[in-house]
Amino acid sequence: MVPVANYLILSAVLFTIGVLGVLIRRNAIVIFMSIEIMLNAANLAFIALADAKGSLAGQVFVFFVLAVAAAEVAVGLAIIVAISRQQGTIDVDEINLLKW
Amino acid sequence: MPTTQELIAISPEIILALWALSVMFLDLLIAQSRKSILAYWSLLGLLLAGGAEFSLWGREEILFQGAFVQDNLSLFLDLVLLLATGLSLLMAKGYIKDLEMEHGEYYTLTLFATLGGMLMAGAGDLLIVFLGLEVLSLSLYVLSGFRRTEPMAQEASLKYFLLGAFASGFLLYGIALVFGSTGTTLLGGIAVAITEGGLLGDPLLLLGLGLLGVGLSFKVALVPFHMWTPDVYEGAPTPVAGYMSVVAKAAGFAAALRIFLSAFLQLAGDWTLLLSLLALLTMSGGNIIALAQSNMKRLLAYSSIAHAGYILLGVIALNSWGLSSVLFYLAAYGFMNLGAFAVIVALRDGEREYLALNDYAGLGSRHPLLALSMAIFMLSLAGVPPTAGFLAKFYIFGAAVQAGYGWLAILAVLNSVLAAFYYLRVIVIMYMREPAGQVAKMTHSPALALAIFLAVIGTVQLGLFPAAVVELAQASLFPFLGS
Repeated sequence: MVPVANYLILSAVLFTIGVLGVLIRRNAIVIFMSIEIMLNAANLAFIALADAKGSLAGQVFVFFVLAVAAAEVAVGLAIIVAISRQQGTIDVDEINLLKW
Repeated sequence: MPTTQELIAISPEIILALWALSVMFLDLLIAQSRKSILAYWSLLGLLLAGGAEFSLWGREEILFQGAFVQDNLSLFLDLVLLLATGLSLLMAKGYIKDLEMEHGEYYTLTLFATLGGMLMAGAGDLLIVFLGLEVLSLSLYVLSGFRRTEPMAQEASLKYFLLGAFASGFLLYGIALVFGSTGTTLLGGIAVAITEGGLLGDPLLLLGLGLLGVGLSFKVALVPFHMWTPDVYEGAPTPVAGYMSVVAKAAGFAAALRIFLSAFLQLAGDWTLLLSLLALLTMSGGNIIALAQSNMKRLLAYSSIAHAGYILLGVIALNSWGLSSVLFYLAAYGFMNLGAFAVIVALRDGEREYLALNDYAGLGSRHPLLALSMAIFMLSLAGVPPTAGFLAKFYIFGAAVQAGYGWLAILAVLNSVLAAFYYLRVIVIMYMREPAGQVAKMTHSPALALAIFLAVIGTVQLGLFPAAVVELAQASLFPFLGS
């Protein structure tokens, strides 16, 4: 039996990797993948904690998060595809018509 | 299975969801040249949902095992959301036609975004907060990039999407940690667990609350989580920018009120300190950067950031006066801000928009009525009596003083003085400066004129006769504070 703390540490590490990925990487798709890692880190925490608390609510939450993440992929990739077609790049440093 | 009573209590949301779907379906049947029918159809849906809200007034329904709450607070916020949506649709009808993006999806997405905001306003569970937020945000990501071949719109959409999804990640992780600490995601359950489990100093809970706060701060654009706002407002279609500035903000504050009041009231000592710092940063940051703007949409974006800071004051005050003034402020802000955006929409020559501040020169003599409306909105945003903005600020600063945040209220007043400079500059440019070249042209459209007219009426009405709305706002908070 793996203790809950280990899962939580893993999920914290994954979340940090995701945050750093968003901040450091410049390719829109890679940034997006990092965001997905963050969401999945939260999912892992939910499942581990739901098990530890003996409450199903946390596991149900994960299903909703999965559905939302899928919708986010649909919208996000559509935006990125539109940009890549029109501007030929998805590097967020080169997409800078508006001042950051 | 939901009972009939539950279905009746949640009928405004059901009506809006069905209406959004019906718009999508009707879009298939209507020829491109007659798409504006969909605008009227959507407005009808908003009216019906609003009527359902009115008929539910005064009831306090806890639905679906506490996951959703339909009380006066959610009804009041819903009405603000529906009103703002209606105004933005009136603005959008001619605009999206002229800019060749008149697709039925515009209306569907707008209605769904409003539905998301209404879910947040009535959330009784962190799951509903999350889902409502995502329904709202996903619709807005698409709407802000609705002119999909326009590079600026694409960029706005991408920035909003990446930063919004990033913020959702923080929010979600915060919810996970709160769940880990308390074992529930029900807002009421969290409060009970904090009391019974003695979790006041639990690090997992505090970290979770902090991350939740970061996620929400992104959505309502508090400094230092505001970077996306001016870019997105500038790149998005103008009616969408106006819509976002009111609906996303109202929904975010609605969720914040729910979460902080129902779940984390016992931790108030921890979060009020943090929020007062955020409020100070937000008002000052928004106002100082707004001083340097020369683009109308960016100016309003920074002004909307500053207003979020003022609204936060009412949340921090945490007394019945403060919280009802948050609601009043949101209503007043909805009228004056959407009104200002409606004037920007009106100042347009077919596809060409006049967005630079200098384009407003000579407006006073060329389009006197439009300039007068803009002047009213600017005075109201600046907080000059007898407009809605003045009373809203008066109530909220008064509440802060009453709650012992005198220093914060003084800084807020100083901020308003600073802000008056850039609002009044718009008026000065309109009335006193000679145009360099041609005077900006104006688009005439009955729907747009109606939107501006309604916004003017709302702004002046709330400024002169606020009693009715203040009473409604106070009745909305009765269940929470019971005073």
